[in-house]
Amino acid sequence: MGINILFKGINFQRLMGGLWVTLRLALITIGLSCVFGLLFGMLMLSKRKTATVICRLWLEIVRFMPQLVLLYIVYFGFARLFGWDLDGETSAVIVFTFWGTAEMGDLIRGALTSIPRHQFESAAALGLTKVQIYMHVLIPQALRRLLPQAINLSTRIIKTTALVKMINVTEVLKVGQQIIGQFYRQPDAAFWVYFVIFLLYFLVCWPFSLLAKYLEKRWA
Amino acid sequence: MDGAFILAHVPDYLSGAWVTLRFGLYGVACSLLLGLLCCLLRYFRVPVLRQIAGGYIELARNTPLLVQLFFLYAGLPRVGIKFSAEACAVIGLTFLGGAYMAEAFRSGIESVDKTQVEAGACIGLTMGQNIRYVIFPQALATAIPALFANVIFLIKETSVFSVLAMMDLMNVADTLRTSGGRTVEVLFMLMVTYLLILLPVSVLATLVERRLRYTGFGN
Repeated sequence: MGINILFKGINFQRLMGGLWVTLRLALITIGLSCVFGLLFGMLMLSKRKTATVICRLWLEIVRFMPQLVLLYIVYFGFARLFGWDLDGETSAVIVFTFWGTAEMGDLIRGALTSIPRHQFESAAALGLTKVQIYMHVLIPQALRRLLPQAINLSTRIIKTTALVKMINVTEVLKVGQQIIGQFYRQPDAAFWVYFVIFLLYFLVCWPFSLLAKYLEKRWA
Repeated sequence: MDGAFILAHVPDYLSGAWVTLRFGLYGVACSLLLGLLCCLLRYFRVPVLRQIAGGYIELARNTPLLVQLFFLYAGLPRVGIKFSAEACAVIGLTFLGGAYMAEAFRSGIESVDKTQVEAGACIGLTMGQNIRYVIFPQALATAIPALFANVIFLIKETSVFSVLAMMDLMNVADTLRTSGGRTVEVLFMLMVTYLLILLPVSVLATLVERRLRYTGFGN
């Protein structure tokens, strides 16, 4: 059975190491997207026309361009355009943060606008200060709406970071190919390696999906 | 920017766009069917099949298309299950898209109030008529935005088909980039072509949504 090769030597650790490369990229991206997304969401709600138009345009670019195209532009294009020779992982963080910021920002905008105006007015009528209104009335309600969607976006980011394979980052698929190359005498090696990678991704993303679904049901 | 270079390679991009669009649409069409089937299996609580559909949806939604394609194209042949690159592309996209479409249909069906179905039964509609005239139109109207979002998502996802050695847009651009060194022009055309494919889809989505916006009645 070809599955044995996964437990020969340090093959499994190597595979996990490859998975960690994309997961680390995803975690950095998610963190940055949350921070910048908050700014983005607030800008979208601002009364300045230029700010909202720029955000709108940014969001449309991200919605229409495949992430792989954006990766190519930053990885190959920026070297040509600006002379920046970025390595694969840096390009990936730039692109996925550019994408994640807009998506997260849009979710934050949606969560903030979903709170009816009377919530704010009633709280003010009760004599709460502005800080109290935000702390006890608006933010808790906005978070309930936001959190399940933000978790779903995070699983999308984790899945999308698999694309760094296409800009020469040695991640889990590349490590898998190396292992298959070493065990070329084992005909079904490729089947088991790719099957295990498939399962690994599933095991990483599934708990997040379940959590999002649970929160959605609980807070609906 | 070299205008002559861009003009000279328009046909290359057109052929790439045709591959992207064609296989994207095959995938979308199959996804819609698979998604509808899975949604119905779960809605009518068909034993066993409903659990299989549920498991499939979780599996497909929580793995990247790139990994699915590697498994299909490079993994399965080693245990004797062989597909052509084109078949892998459609199967992979359908596997991924079916799950997303099923979720979109489900949100549509769940949005139809139970009283609607009961009211339909009260005025003497059969189950079939109820589905045809009461549930389906309302569910579809609610699901349309999500369905179109999935169509755009799936067409974007076709960009990884180049790992199947298919000459889609991405692969055309990559080949030109490595051979010619005109990176900026190549990537500029790539963006424009994707935009030309996806903008009409987005416009169509807006038109259809506007046309079907009749479920808000009474709210």
